[in-house]
Amino acid sequence: MSDSTNKTPDGKWTPRIVAFFCNWCTYTAADLAGVSRMKYASNIRVIRLMCSGRVDPQFVVDAFAKGADGVLIGGCHPNDCHYVEGNYKCLRRYQMLKRMIADMGIEPDRLRLEWISAAEGEKVRRVVNEMVETVKQLGPLNIPCKFEEWDKEMEALAGHVAHSQSAAGAACPDHAKPQTAQTAHV
Amino acid sequence: MPLALITPNLKPLKPLMFKPKVAFYWCASCGGCEETVVDLAEDILGVVEKVDIVLWPVAMDFKYKDVEAMPDKSILATLLNGAIRSTEQEEMARLLRRKSQYMIAYGACAHLGGIPGLANQFTREHILKFNYEDGPAMANEKKTRPQLVTEENGRTPRLPALTNVVRSLDQVVEVDYYVPGCPPTPKITRAAVTALLENRLPPKGSVIAPDIALCDECPRKATKPANISFREFKRPHQALMDPQKCFLAQGVVCMGPSTLSGCEAACISGGMPCTGCFGPTSRVRDQGLKIMSSLCSNLEPKDEQGISAVLQGIPDPIGTFYRYGLARSLLRRKVNLPTD
Repeated sequence: MSDSTNKTPDGKWTPRIVAFFCNWCTYTAADLAGVSRMKYASNIRVIRLMCSGRVDPQFVVDAFAKGADGVLIGGCHPNDCHYVEGNYKCLRRYQMLKRMIADMGIEPDRLRLEWISAAEGEKVRRVVNEMVETVKQLGPLNIPCKFEEWDKEMEALAGHVAHSQSAAGAACPDHAKPQTAQTAHV
Repeated sequence: MPLALITPNLKPLKPLMFKPKVAFYWCASCGGCEETVVDLAEDILGVVEKVDIVLWPVAMDFKYKDVEAMPDKSILATLLNGAIRSTEQEEMARLLRRKSQYMIAYGACAHLGGIPGLANQFTREHILKFNYEDGPAMANEKKTRPQLVTEENGRTPRLPALTNVVRSLDQVVEVDYYVPGCPPTPKITRAAVTALLENRLPPKGSVIAPDIALCDECPRKATKPANISFREFKRPHQALMDPQKCFLAQGVVCMGPSTLSGCEAACISGGMPCTGCFGPTSRVRDQGLKIMSSLCSNLEPKDEQGISAVLQGIPDPIGTFYRYGLARSLLRRKVNLPTD
Protein backbone atom coordinates (compact mmCIF):
# COMPACT_ATOMS: atom_id res chain seq x y z
CA MET A 1 0.00 0.00 0.00
CA SER A 2 1.50 3.28 -1.01
CA ASP A 3 1.83 6.07 1.47
CA SER A 4 -0.22 8.55 -0.56
CA THR A 5 -3.47 6.69 0.10
CA ASN A 6 -3.60 7.44 3.80
CA LYS A 7 -3.20 11.19 3.44
CA THR A 8 -5.94 13.74 2.99
CA PRO A 9 -5.50 16.21 0.10
CA ASP A 10 -4.01 18.75 2.51
CA GLY A 11 -1.32 16.22 3.48
CA LYS A 12 -2.66 15.21 6.91
CA TRP A 13 -2.63 11.62 8.09
CA THR A 14 -5.96 9.84 7.99
CA PRO A 15 -6.54 6.24 9.11
CA ARG A 16 -6.43 3.34 6.70
CA ILE A 17 -8.92 0.71 7.78
CA VAL A 18 -9.40 -2.73 6.28
CA ALA A 19 -12.91 -4.13 6.62
CA PHE A 20 -13.80 -7.80 6.22
CA PHE A 21 -17.54 -8.01 5.53
CA CYS A 22 -19.55 -11.17 5.14
CA ASN A 23 -21.34 -11.64 1.84
CA TRP A 24 -24.80 -12.27 3.26
CA CYS A 25 -25.31 -9.54 5.84
CA THR A 26 -22.72 -6.82 6.31
CA TYR A 27 -21.56 -6.50 2.72
CA THR A 28 -25.19 -6.33 1.60
CA ALA A 29 -25.75 -3.70 4.29
CA ALA A 30 -22.81 -1.70 2.97
CA ASP A 31 -24.37 -2.03 -0.48
CA LEU A 32 -27.65 -0.77 0.95
CA ALA A 33 -25.87 2.19 2.50
CA GLY A 34 -24.39 2.96 -0.90
CA VAL A 35 -27.70 2.60 -2.77
CA SER A 36 -29.37 4.77 -0.12
CA ARG A 37 -26.67 7.39 -0.79
CA MET A 38 -25.59 7.51 2.83
CA LYS A 39 -22.29 9.24 3.35
CA TYR A 40 -19.63 7.78 5.61
CA ALA A 41 -15.90 8.18 6.05
CA SER A 42 -13.94 6.96 3.04
CA ASN A 43 -11.17 5.41 5.12
CA ILE A 44 -12.27 1.80 4.82
CA ARG A 45 -11.27 -0.71 2.19
CA VAL A 46 -13.93 -3.39 2.16
CA ILE A 47 -12.99 -6.98 1.44
CA ARG A 48 -15.94 -9.26 0.89
CA LEU A 49 -15.77 -12.77 2.29
CA MET A 50 -18.45 -15.41 2.24
CA CYS A 51 -18.71 -15.46 6.04
CA SER A 52 -17.22 -13.76 9.06
CA GLY A 53 -16.15 -17.32 9.98
CA ARG A 54 -13.79 -17.12 7.00
CA VAL A 55 -11.81 -14.30 8.63
CA ASP A 56 -8.56 -16.07 9.41
CA PRO A 57 -6.64 -14.26 12.18
CA GLN A 58 -3.74 -14.28 9.72
CA PHE A 59 -5.73 -11.92 7.45
CA VAL A 60 -6.23 -9.46 10.29
CA VAL A 61 -2.64 -9.43 11.49
CA ASP A 62 -1.32 -9.38 7.92
CA ALA A 63 -3.42 -6.26 7.31
CA PHE A 64 -1.82 -4.61 10.34
CA ALA A 65 1.64 -5.79 9.29
CA LYS A 66 1.14 -4.32 5.80
CA GLY A 67 0.11 -0.92 7.06
CA ALA A 68 -3.53 -0.92 8.18
CA ASP A 69 -4.31 1.31 11.16
CA GLY A 70 -7.47 -0.57 12.02
CA VAL A 71 -9.41 -3.68 11.06
CA LEU A 72 -13.19 -3.96 11.11
CA ILE A 73 -14.98 -7.28 10.85
CA GLY A 74 -18.68 -7.40 10.00
CA GLY A 75 -20.90 -10.46 10.17
CA CYS A 76 -24.49 -11.60 10.60
CA HIS A 77 -26.18 -11.31 13.98
CA PRO A 78 -26.01 -14.34 16.28
CA ASN A 79 -28.43 -17.03 15.10
CA ASP A 80 -28.59 -15.41 11.65
CA CYS A 81 -25.42 -16.83 10.09
CA HIS A 82 -26.01 -18.14 6.60
CA TYR A 83 -23.73 -21.03 7.54
CA VAL A 84 -25.33 -21.44 11.00
CA GLU A 85 -22.13 -21.37 13.09
CA GLY A 86 -19.65 -19.15 11.24
CA ASN A 87 -20.24 -15.96 13.20
CA TYR A 88 -19.77 -17.80 16.52
CA LYS A 89 -16.43 -19.11 15.30
CA CYS A 90 -15.53 -15.57 14.35
CA LEU A 91 -16.53 -14.23 17.78
CA ARG A 92 -14.42 -16.83 19.63
CA ARG A 93 -11.35 -16.17 17.52
CA TYR A 94 -11.88 -12.45 17.79
CA GLN A 95 -11.87 -12.54 21.58
CA MET A 96 -8.54 -14.37 21.68
CA LEU A 97 -7.12 -12.30 18.83
CA LYS A 98 -7.87 -9.12 20.78
CA ARG A 99 -5.79 -10.46 23.67
CA MET A 100 -2.99 -11.53 21.34
CA ILE A 101 -2.67 -8.24 19.47
CA ALA A 102 -2.70 -6.43 22.81
CA ASP A 103 0.19 -8.64 23.95
CA MET A 104 1.99 -7.80 20.71
CA GLY A 105 1.66 -4.08 21.34
CA ILE A 106 -1.32 -3.19 19.12
CA GLU A 107 -4.13 -1.34 20.90
CA PRO A 108 -7.10 -3.75 20.99
CA ASP A 109 -9.46 -0.94 19.91
CA ARG A 110 -7.86 -1.08 16.48
CA LEU A 111 -9.79 -4.28 15.94
CA ARG A 112 -13.58 -4.27 16.05
CA LEU A 113 -16.25 -6.84 15.36
CA GLU A 114 -19.83 -5.81 14.63
CA TRP A 115 -22.93 -7.74 13.72
CA ILE A 116 -24.68 -5.84 10.92
CA SER A 117 -27.65 -7.37 9.12
CA ALA A 118 -28.49 -6.78 5.45
CA ALA A 119 -31.14 -4.24 6.45
CA GLU A 120 -28.83 -2.12 8.62
CA GLY A 121 -27.27 0.27 6.12
CA GLU A 122 -27.47 2.98 8.72
CA LYS A 123 -25.45 0.86 11.16
CA VAL A 124 -22.66 0.48 8.58
CA ARG A 125 -22.48 4.25 8.37
CA ARG A 126 -22.43 4.67 12.15
CA VAL A 127 -19.91 1.89 12.84
CA VAL A 128 -17.51 2.99 10.12
CA ASN A 129 -17.62 6.59 11.29
CA GLU A 130 -17.08 5.53 14.91
CA MET A 131 -14.22 3.25 13.94
CA VAL A 132 -12.50 6.02 11.96
CA GLU A 133 -12.90 8.34 14.93
CA THR A 134 -11.46 5.76 17.36
CA VAL A 135 -8.47 5.05 15.16
CA LYS A 136 -7.89 8.76 14.59
CA GLN A 137 -7.62 9.14 18.36
CA LEU A 138 -5.12 6.28 18.51
CA GLY A 139 -3.00 7.71 15.70
CA PRO A 140 -0.99 5.92 13.01
CA LEU A 141 0.14 2.34 13.66
CA ASN A 142 2.56 2.13 10.74
CA ILE A 143 4.08 -1.29 11.30
CA PRO A 144 5.97 -1.43 7.95
CA CYS A 145 7.93 1.58 9.13
CA LYS A 146 8.78 -0.27 12.35
CA PHE A 147 10.08 -3.26 10.41
CA GLU A 148 12.43 -0.90 8.56
CA GLU A 149 13.56 0.67 11.80
CA TRP A 150 14.28 -2.75 13.36
CA ASP A 151 16.32 -3.84 10.39
CA LYS A 152 18.60 -0.80 10.46
CA GLU A 153 20.84 -2.61 12.93
CA MET A 154 21.41 -5.31 10.29
CA GLU A 155 22.34 -2.85 7.57
CA ALA A 156 24.85 -1.28 9.90
CA LEU A 157 26.61 -4.59 10.49
CA ALA A 158 26.42 -5.61 6.83
CA GLY A 159 28.37 -2.46 6.01
CA HIS A 160 30.93 -3.23 8.71
CA VAL A 161 31.38 -6.84 7.51
CA ALA A 162 31.84 -5.77 3.90
CA HIS A 163 34.46 -3.27 4.99
CA SER A 164 36.48 -5.70 7.12
CA GLN A 165 36.31 -8.36 4.41
CA SER A 166 37.71 -6.10 1.74
CA ALA A 167 40.51 -5.17 4.17
CA ALA A 168 41.25 -8.83 5.01
CA GLY A 169 41.11 -9.89 1.36
CA ALA A 170 44.23 -7.87 0.55
CA ALA A 171 46.50 -9.62 3.03
CA CYS A 172 47.46 -13.28 2.63
CA PRO A 173 48.24 -14.74 6.05
CA ASP A 174 50.11 -18.01 6.51
CA HIS A 175 47.06 -19.74 7.92
CA ALA A 176 45.54 -19.48 4.45
CA LYS A 177 45.44 -23.25 4.18
CA PRO A 178 42.16 -24.32 5.73
CA GLN A 179 42.34 -26.79 8.57
CA THR A 180 40.24 -29.90 8.45
CA ALA A 181 39.33 -32.64 10.89
CA GLN A 182 42.36 -34.55 9.57
CA THR A 183 44.92 -31.82 9.99
CA ALA A 184 43.63 -29.96 13.03
CA HIS A 185 45.13 -32.12 15.75
CA VAL A 186 48.25 -33.48 14.08
CA MET B 1 8.13 -33.70 0.78
CA PRO B 2 7.42 -37.22 2.05
CA LEU B 3 10.23 -38.40 4.25
CA ALA B 4 10.45 -41.69 2.33
CA LEU B 5 12.00 -39.84 -0.62
CA ILE B 6 14.92 -38.57 1.40
CA THR B 7 15.52 -41.30 3.94
CA PRO B 8 18.82 -43.12 3.59
CA ASN B 9 18.95 -46.24 1.50
CA LEU B 10 22.33 -46.99 3.03
CA LYS B 11 24.11 -48.09 -0.13
CA PRO B 12 27.82 -47.36 0.12
CA LEU B 13 28.99 -44.19 -1.52
CA LYS B 14 31.52 -44.24 -4.28
CA PRO B 15 34.91 -43.40 -2.81
CA LEU B 16 35.41 -39.68 -3.14
CA MET B 17 38.63 -38.02 -4.14
CA PHE B 18 37.87 -35.04 -2.01
CA LYS B 19 35.69 -35.31 1.02
CA PRO B 20 33.06 -32.61 1.16
CA LYS B 21 33.58 -30.05 3.89
CA VAL B 22 30.94 -29.50 6.51
CA ALA B 23 30.71 -26.86 9.23
CA PHE B 24 28.58 -26.87 12.37
CA TYR B 25 27.99 -23.60 14.09
CA TRP B 26 25.87 -22.40 16.99
CA CYS B 27 24.34 -19.04 17.69
CA ALA B 28 21.63 -18.23 20.27
CA SER B 29 20.90 -21.79 21.27
CA CYS B 30 20.99 -24.07 24.29
CA GLY B 31 23.37 -26.70 22.92
CA GLY B 32 20.64 -29.28 22.48
CA CYS B 33 21.08 -29.25 18.70
CA GLU B 34 24.77 -30.12 19.07
CA GLU B 35 23.66 -32.99 21.25
CA THR B 36 21.54 -34.37 18.42
CA VAL B 37 24.57 -34.69 16.19
CA VAL B 38 26.09 -36.86 18.91
CA ASP B 39 22.75 -38.68 19.25
CA LEU B 40 23.36 -40.08 15.79
CA ALA B 41 25.38 -42.58 17.88
CA GLU B 42 27.48 -44.91 15.73
CA ASP B 43 26.01 -43.36 12.57
CA ILE B 44 28.17 -40.33 13.33
CA LEU B 45 31.17 -42.46 12.35
CA GLY B 46 29.71 -42.93 8.89
CA VAL B 47 29.23 -39.18 8.59
CA VAL B 48 32.72 -38.35 9.85
CA GLU B 49 34.13 -40.88 7.38
CA LYS B 50 32.48 -39.12 4.48
CA VAL B 51 33.08 -35.48 5.35
CA ASP B 52 35.75 -33.14 6.59
CA ILE B 53 34.48 -31.14 9.51
CA VAL B 54 36.02 -27.68 9.16
CA LEU B 55 34.33 -25.89 12.04
CA TRP B 56 32.55 -27.22 15.12
CA PRO B 57 33.11 -24.96 18.11
CA VAL B 58 31.43 -27.26 20.63
CA ALA B 59 33.69 -30.22 19.89
CA MET B 60 36.78 -29.20 17.94
CA ASP B 61 39.35 -26.47 18.05
CA PHE B 62 39.16 -24.32 14.97
CA LYS B 63 39.50 -20.57 14.75
CA TYR B 64 37.28 -18.14 12.90
CA LYS B 65 40.31 -17.03 10.92
CA ASP B 66 40.59 -20.57 9.52
CA VAL B 67 37.13 -20.16 8.06
CA GLU B 68 37.90 -16.67 6.84
CA ALA B 69 40.89 -18.04 4.95
CA MET B 70 38.86 -20.59 3.04
CA PRO B 71 37.81 -19.83 -0.53
CA ASP B 72 34.18 -18.81 -1.02
CA LYS B 73 31.73 -21.72 -1.46
CA SER B 74 34.40 -24.22 -0.43
CA ILE B 75 32.26 -25.66 2.36
CA LEU B 76 29.58 -27.99 1.05
CA ALA B 77 27.16 -27.21 3.85
CA THR B 78 26.93 -25.31 7.08
CA LEU B 79 24.49 -26.62 9.64
CA LEU B 80 23.79 -23.61 11.77
CA ASN B 81 21.69 -23.84 14.91
CA GLY B 82 20.40 -21.07 17.12
CA ALA B 83 18.68 -17.75 16.56
CA ILE B 84 20.62 -14.62 15.61
CA ARG B 85 20.67 -12.01 18.36
CA SER B 86 24.19 -10.64 18.57
CA THR B 87 26.55 -8.95 16.15
CA GLU B 88 29.00 -11.85 16.41
CA GLN B 89 26.32 -14.38 15.48
CA GLU B 90 25.20 -12.24 12.58
CA GLU B 91 28.75 -11.81 11.34
CA MET B 92 29.43 -15.55 11.52
CA ALA B 93 26.14 -16.31 9.75
CA ARG B 94 27.19 -13.98 6.93
CA LEU B 95 30.69 -15.41 6.80
CA LEU B 96 29.51 -19.02 6.72
CA ARG B 97 26.90 -18.17 4.13
CA ARG B 98 29.65 -16.83 1.87
CA LYS B 99 31.87 -19.85 2.39
CA SER B 100 29.12 -22.47 1.97
CA GLN B 101 27.25 -23.90 -0.97
CA TYR B 102 24.31 -24.80 1.25
CA MET B 103 23.22 -22.98 4.37
CA ILE B 104 21.05 -25.21 6.50
CA ALA B 105 19.02 -23.80 9.37
CA TYR B 106 19.32 -26.58 11.92
CA GLY B 107 16.78 -26.73 14.72
CA ALA B 108 13.82 -24.60 15.76
CA CYS B 109 15.85 -21.51 16.75
CA ALA B 110 17.56 -21.12 13.38
CA HIS B 111 14.34 -22.13 11.61
CA LEU B 112 11.77 -20.01 13.49
CA GLY B 113 13.59 -18.02 16.17
CA GLY B 114 12.76 -20.67 18.75
CA ILE B 115 12.62 -20.06 22.48
CA PRO B 116 15.11 -17.13 22.24
CA GLY B 117 12.59 -15.53 19.87
CA LEU B 118 10.26 -14.98 22.83
CA ALA B 119 12.67 -12.21 23.86
CA ASN B 120 11.02 -10.19 21.08
CA GLN B 121 8.37 -9.30 23.67
CA PHE B 122 10.90 -7.19 25.56
CA THR B 123 13.39 -4.43 24.90
CA ARG B 124 17.13 -5.02 25.01
CA GLU B 125 17.33 -2.66 27.97
CA HIS B 126 14.70 -4.65 29.87
CA ILE B 127 16.57 -7.90 29.25
CA LEU B 128 19.97 -6.50 30.26
CA LYS B 129 18.53 -4.81 33.34
CA PHE B 130 16.84 -7.97 34.53
CA ASN B 131 19.81 -10.21 33.89
CA TYR B 132 22.49 -7.95 35.35
CA GLU B 133 20.58 -6.01 38.01
CA ASP B 134 17.09 -7.16 38.99
CA GLY B 135 17.23 -10.92 38.56
CA PRO B 136 16.68 -12.83 41.83
CA ALA B 137 20.04 -14.58 41.48
CA MET B 138 22.02 -11.38 40.90
CA ALA B 139 24.43 -9.87 43.42
CA ASN B 140 25.63 -6.87 41.50
CA GLU B 141 25.56 -3.85 43.77
CA LYS B 142 27.56 -1.68 41.41
CA LYS B 143 25.14 -2.57 38.62
CA THR B 144 28.01 -3.49 36.35
CA ARG B 145 27.02 -4.44 32.85
CA PRO B 146 29.16 -5.99 30.13
CA GLN B 147 30.82 -3.23 28.13
CA LEU B 148 31.23 -3.48 24.37
CA VAL B 149 34.71 -1.95 24.59
CA THR B 150 36.91 -1.83 27.70
CA GLU B 151 40.47 -0.77 28.46
CA GLU B 152 42.46 -3.17 30.57
CA ASN B 153 46.25 -3.31 30.94
CA GLY B 154 46.74 -1.63 27.61
CA ARG B 155 44.45 -4.05 25.83
CA THR B 156 41.01 -3.18 24.49
CA PRO B 157 38.85 -6.30 24.52
CA ARG B 158 35.62 -6.01 22.57
CA LEU B 159 32.38 -7.86 23.16
CA PRO B 160 29.66 -8.52 20.62
CA ALA B 161 26.54 -6.37 20.98
CA LEU B 162 23.10 -7.80 21.64
CA THR B 163 20.71 -6.85 18.82
CA ASN B 164 17.34 -5.26 19.56
CA VAL B 165 15.51 -7.97 17.64
CA VAL B 166 15.98 -11.74 17.77
CA ARG B 167 15.94 -13.16 14.26
CA SER B 168 15.61 -16.51 12.60
CA LEU B 169 18.53 -17.41 10.32
CA ASP B 170 16.61 -16.69 7.12
CA GLN B 171 15.93 -13.15 8.31
CA VAL B 172 19.70 -12.59 8.20
CA VAL B 173 21.08 -14.67 5.34
CA GLU B 174 19.67 -16.80 2.53
CA VAL B 175 18.83 -20.30 3.76
CA ASP B 176 18.71 -23.34 1.49
CA TYR B 177 17.11 -25.92 3.79
CA TYR B 178 15.54 -26.16 7.19
CA VAL B 179 15.99 -29.08 9.55
CA PRO B 180 13.19 -28.55 12.09
CA GLY B 181 12.81 -29.52 15.72
CA CYS B 182 13.82 -28.65 19.23
CA PRO B 183 16.08 -30.45 18.80
CA PRO B 184 15.86 -32.17 15.40
CA THR B 185 15.50 -35.90 15.91
CA PRO B 186 18.35 -38.24 14.86
CA LYS B 187 16.07 -39.59 12.13
CA ILE B 188 15.46 -36.13 10.64
CA THR B 189 19.16 -35.28 10.97
CA ARG B 190 20.19 -38.50 9.26
CA ALA B 191 17.70 -37.88 6.46
CA ALA B 192 19.09 -34.38 5.91
CA VAL B 193 22.77 -35.39 6.00
CA THR B 194 22.18 -38.35 3.71
CA ALA B 195 20.19 -36.28 1.24
CA LEU B 196 23.07 -33.81 1.21
CA LEU B 197 25.85 -36.37 0.75
CA GLU B 198 23.99 -38.32 -1.91
CA ASN B 199 22.91 -35.12 -3.64
CA ARG B 200 19.25 -36.04 -3.53
CA LEU B 201 18.07 -32.70 -2.31
CA PRO B 202 14.47 -31.49 -2.25
CA PRO B 203 13.59 -28.10 -3.80
CA LYS B 204 15.42 -25.16 -2.28
CA GLY B 205 13.72 -23.69 0.77
CA SER B 206 12.22 -27.03 1.85
CA VAL B 207 11.79 -28.00 5.45
CA ILE B 208 13.24 -31.50 5.73
CA ALA B 209 10.15 -33.12 7.26
CA PRO B 210 6.91 -34.56 5.87
CA ASP B 211 4.61 -31.68 4.95
CA ILE B 212 1.62 -32.98 6.88
CA ALA B 213 0.34 -32.26 10.36
CA LEU B 214 1.66 -34.21 13.32
CA CYS B 215 -1.78 -35.74 14.05
CA ASP B 216 -1.10 -37.95 11.01
CA GLU B 217 1.56 -39.94 12.84
CA CYS B 218 0.26 -39.48 16.39
CA PRO B 219 -0.30 -42.72 18.32
CA ARG B 220 -3.42 -41.15 19.82
CA LYS B 221 -4.93 -40.26 16.43
CA ALA B 222 -7.75 -42.81 16.76
CA THR B 223 -9.13 -40.99 19.80
CA LYS B 224 -9.15 -37.54 18.17
CA PRO B 225 -12.79 -36.48 18.03
CA ALA B 226 -14.23 -35.45 14.67
CA ASN B 227 -15.89 -32.49 16.35
CA ILE B 228 -14.01 -30.85 19.19
CA SER B 229 -15.86 -28.57 21.54
CA PHE B 230 -13.81 -27.13 24.40
CA ARG B 231 -15.57 -26.40 27.68
CA GLU B 232 -12.31 -25.50 29.37
CA PHE B 233 -8.60 -25.48 28.66
CA LYS B 234 -6.35 -27.31 31.08
CA ARG B 235 -2.62 -27.35 31.31
CA PRO B 236 -0.98 -30.76 31.66
CA HIS B 237 -0.05 -30.27 35.31
CA GLN B 238 -3.60 -29.36 36.29
CA ALA B 239 -5.24 -32.72 35.77
CA LEU B 240 -4.53 -36.40 35.66
CA MET B 241 -4.19 -37.22 31.99
CA ASP B 242 -5.45 -40.29 30.20
CA PRO B 243 -2.27 -41.63 28.55
CA GLN B 244 -4.15 -43.07 25.57
CA LYS B 245 -6.56 -40.27 24.68
CA CYS B 246 -6.01 -37.33 22.31
CA PHE B 247 -4.92 -34.26 24.27
CA LEU B 248 -7.47 -32.07 22.52
CA ALA B 249 -10.23 -34.42 23.66
CA GLN B 250 -8.96 -33.87 27.21
CA GLY B 251 -9.06 -30.08 26.87
CA VAL B 252 -5.30 -29.59 26.64
CA VAL B 253 -3.73 -27.28 24.06
CA CYS B 254 -1.81 -29.50 21.65
CA MET B 255 -0.16 -27.88 18.64
CA GLY B 256 -0.25 -31.13 16.66
CA PRO B 257 -2.95 -30.05 14.18
CA SER B 258 -0.80 -27.18 12.87
CA THR B 259 2.69 -28.59 13.31
CA LEU B 260 4.79 -30.55 10.84
CA SER B 261 5.16 -34.25 11.52
CA GLY B 262 8.45 -36.13 11.41
CA CYS B 263 9.26 -36.28 15.13
CA GLU B 264 7.19 -39.49 15.46
CA ALA B 265 5.13 -37.70 18.13
CA ALA B 266 7.99 -37.85 20.61
CA CYS B 267 6.41 -35.52 23.19
CA ILE B 268 3.01 -37.15 23.00
CA SER B 269 4.62 -40.57 23.47
CA GLY B 270 6.25 -39.08 26.57
CA GLY B 271 2.90 -37.89 27.91
CA MET B 272 3.16 -34.21 26.96
CA PRO B 273 1.25 -32.31 24.27
CA CYS B 274 2.95 -30.95 21.15
CA THR B 275 4.28 -27.42 21.58
CA GLY B 276 4.98 -26.86 17.90
CA CYS B 277 8.78 -27.07 17.60
CA PHE B 278 8.75 -28.47 14.05
CA GLY B 279 7.01 -25.33 12.83
CA PRO B 280 3.95 -24.98 10.63
CA THR B 281 3.09 -26.87 7.46
CA SER B 282 3.85 -25.13 4.17
CA ARG B 283 0.29 -23.78 3.79
CA VAL B 284 0.53 -21.77 7.01
CA ARG B 285 2.14 -18.34 7.16
CA ASP B 286 1.82 -17.67 10.89
CA GLN B 287 1.99 -20.69 13.15
CA GLY B 288 0.59 -19.13 16.32
CA LEU B 289 -2.40 -17.43 14.70
CA LYS B 290 -3.32 -20.55 12.77
CA ILE B 291 -3.46 -22.89 15.76
CA MET B 292 -5.23 -20.21 17.77
CA SER B 293 -7.78 -19.93 14.98
CA SER B 294 -8.28 -23.67 14.92
CA LEU B 295 -8.56 -24.25 18.67
CA CYS B 296 -10.44 -21.14 19.73
CA SER B 297 -13.14 -21.43 17.09
CA ASN B 298 -14.13 -24.77 18.58
CA LEU B 299 -15.36 -23.68 21.99
CA GLU B 300 -18.71 -24.71 23.36
CA PRO B 301 -20.05 -21.32 24.56
CA LYS B 302 -21.60 -18.89 22.08
CA ASP B 303 -21.80 -15.80 24.29
CA GLU B 304 -19.03 -13.35 25.12
CA GLN B 305 -18.78 -14.12 28.85
CA GLY B 306 -18.82 -17.87 28.32
CA ILE B 307 -16.17 -17.66 25.60
CA SER B 308 -14.02 -15.38 27.68
CA ALA B 309 -14.22 -17.77 30.65
CA VAL B 310 -13.01 -20.71 28.55
CA LEU B 311 -10.21 -18.63 27.00
CA GLN B 312 -8.95 -17.75 30.48
CA GLY B 313 -7.62 -21.31 30.49
CA ILE B 314 -4.89 -20.04 28.14
CA PRO B 315 -3.23 -17.40 30.32
CA ASP B 316 -0.32 -16.67 27.99
CA PRO B 317 -1.41 -16.99 24.35
CA ILE B 318 1.87 -15.64 22.94
CA GLY B 319 4.00 -18.07 24.95
CA THR B 320 1.63 -20.92 24.15
CA PHE B 321 0.98 -20.48 20.45
CA TYR B 322 4.30 -18.82 19.55
CA ARG B 323 6.49 -20.99 21.79
CA TYR B 324 8.98 -21.34 18.92
CA GLY B 325 7.58 -19.18 16.15
CA LEU B 326 7.48 -15.58 17.43
CA ALA B 327 10.50 -14.26 15.51
CA ARG B 328 9.16 -15.67 12.25
CA SER B 329 5.55 -14.61 12.84
CA LEU B 330 3.83 -11.86 10.86
CA LEU B 331 4.57 -9.21 13.48
CA ARG B 332 7.98 -10.64 14.51
CA ARG B 333 8.22 -8.52 17.65
CA LYS B 334 6.02 -6.58 20.04
CA VAL B 335 5.40 -3.61 17.77
CA ASN B 336 5.35 -0.78 20.30
CA LEU B 337 8.81 -1.52 21.68
CA PRO B 338 11.50 1.03 20.94
CA THR B 339 14.91 0.22 19.50
CA ASP B 340 17.88 1.86 21.10
